Amino acid sequence: MRSLKLALSVAAALAIAGCASQQMSQPAARPDVKFGKPIAAADLATWDIDIRTSDGKGLPPGRGSVAEGKNVYEGKCLACHGADAKGGPVFGTMVGGIGSFKTNARVLTPGSMYPYAPILFDYIRRSMPMDSPQSLSTNEVYAVSAYILNLNGLVPADAVMDANSMPRVMMPNRDGFIVDDRPDTRAVRCMQNCK
Amino acid sequence: MEKAVVPSATPPTIAALASRRNFLRKSVVLAGGAAATGAGLAQAAPLAIPESNKGFGKPIAETDYGMPSKFEAGVKRRRTDVLKNRQNFSDWSMTPLADQHGTVTPNGLIFERHHNGTPDIDPATHRLVIHGMVNQALEFSMEDLMRYPSVSRFHFLECSGNGLTDWLKAASKTVQQTHGLLSGGQWTGIPVSWLLDEAGLASGAKWAIFEGADGSGHLRSLPIEKLMDDCMLVYALNGEMLRPENGYPLRLFVPGWEGNVSVKWLRRIKVGDQPWHVRGETARYTDPMPDGKWRQFSFDMECKSVITRPSGGMNIKAGAHEIQGFAWSGKGRITAVDVSVDAGRNWQEAVLEGPVLDKNLTRFRYRWNWNGQPTTIVSRAVDSTGYVQPTVLDITKVRAIVGFVQHHNGIFPWSVSAVGEVKNAIA
Repeated sequence: MRSLKLALSVAAALAIAGCASQQMSQPAARPDVKFGKPIAAADLATWDIDIRTSDGKGLPPGRGSVAEGKNVYEGKCLACHGADAKGGPVFGTMVGGIGSFKTNARVLTPGSMYPYAPILFDYIRRSMPMDSPQSLSTNEVYAVSAYILNLNGLVPADAVMDANSMPRVMMPNRDGFIVDDRPDTRAVRCMQNCK
Repeated sequence: MEKAVVPSATPPTIAALASRRNFLRKSVVLAGGAAATGAGLAQAAPLAIPESNKGFGKPIAETDYGMPSKFEAGVKRRRTDVLKNRQNFSDWSMTPLADQHGTVTPNGLIFERHHNGTPDIDPATHRLVIHGMVNQALEFSMEDLMRYPSVSRFHFLECSGNGLTDWLKAASKTVQQTHGLLSGGQWTGIPVSWLLDEAGLASGAKWAIFEGADGSGHLRSLPIEKLMDDCMLVYALNGEMLRPENGYPLRLFVPGWEGNVSVKWLRRIKVGDQPWHVRGETARYTDPMPDGKWRQFSFDMECKSVITRPSGGMNIKAGAHEIQGFAWSGKGRITAVDVSVDAGRNWQEAVLEGPVLDKNLTRFRYRWNWNGQPTTIVSRAVDSTGYVQPTVLDITKVRAIVGFVQHHNGIFPWSVSAVGEVKNAIA
């Protein structure tokens, strides 16, 4: 029955395609088939690592301090990012730049650029260290995040980051974004004696 | 070759004659004794039977995957030679557009932009999961996905950073380096809408995040409206399964939007009611604005064009040339391309080569008799929304051109010197 339905929907799609001389802008109608298998939340727990950074939804249980973060950083991050996160042989600085966006030398760091602190947790956990991403423990990720935030002057030296404290860190670029408002140019199609 | 050149409308100048002599001299030096086969005029010689006519060719192998001629060995993807990264995992390589002769980019030349290199994924173990604000979370194997009827469509793919090194000064030499984060091809897969419908969108679902199975776990938030409109889950490109560097075995393809959102090595789709504001859509892939702000979710790749022949690094002779190039728009079809051969003072409409497809590369052609005088050639595209490709100057009036500026769709000039050297003439 399923294969008959599939055959019929394919035939219908071909009939539609046959009338169109160019590619369709809309996709063909959905065939009446379902090949997905239900999966339980528990079975995709190790994959379910996204964090809604504006409010920290998805931040896991755990905690880490600035001091612990300094240790983790020096063991696993410093080789590429340099001492005190000021830039190393592979990547540039992760400190400073706050207030630089109205100058012609914008310095993009987690401190100056991230609108929400949990971006640090999400990015470090999924992408760092680059040679073994997803290898840090949850506590290590919180700790390194706390350390980077402290180096940027955004949390005190005794700060502890967890699912509760991290979304509350006020980031200087929180209101620094506007939604796409293009087209923002109105060029005219001049043909003769232009300029 | 010289015989075939159509005479210029105006008499050749001294400079042009000098350049022609120069060219001939170079040909002789480069080709040595073989110059007689191509140098024309006084040097025509009787043709010999080619060696290729006189023996076996290469036999047919039992199994094989064909490769370009060894004489095309220079046609390669290349990393940027301007903005050199200190590692090559989060890096990019560019399509040799000057050597692309149609609207389809060969699979081995599709540009690359990865955030932690290319993973090597076994399709037998790869899984796609859809969950979040859906009625039923679902898991798919590649075998499952390839059982659906398939859809194939031609579209361009362009990185938002295409042109980022050449806003205010000429930094790149060739069109590969100025515009090579651009490719085109026929993408095959299934509409995203089919699988979202199968999982069933919950009430209030407005965004979804797409996540890759690579070492960066790259992910981007996308609005449901676009996903339901024309986005595809793609497993094949130009007739064969995706190459590893293009997302094998499965990627998202978002027609007309910045390449970064077409997440490769796709493993997970999570539906939500708002965007996630991850690093790649806040600290990166946002555009600096004059008041210190950043334009976010600037997805559209606006209408753009570039001349690929003649282009930077080439040497041309006075006489007849076909100016060739590409035009494309993420917001619709290309309706016209104008070419100027006098640095933008006067423009003539180029011929568009069909089929002209929505959100795809369109090839344009314009016949030009170069009189040998130094000049600047440039193209300007118009799309089906009526939008006219702006100049960089137009853009600098409304955006901040500082730092890592993306979405450069300004018209792009090439200068031609008295001796026929073609160079990047931006700014």
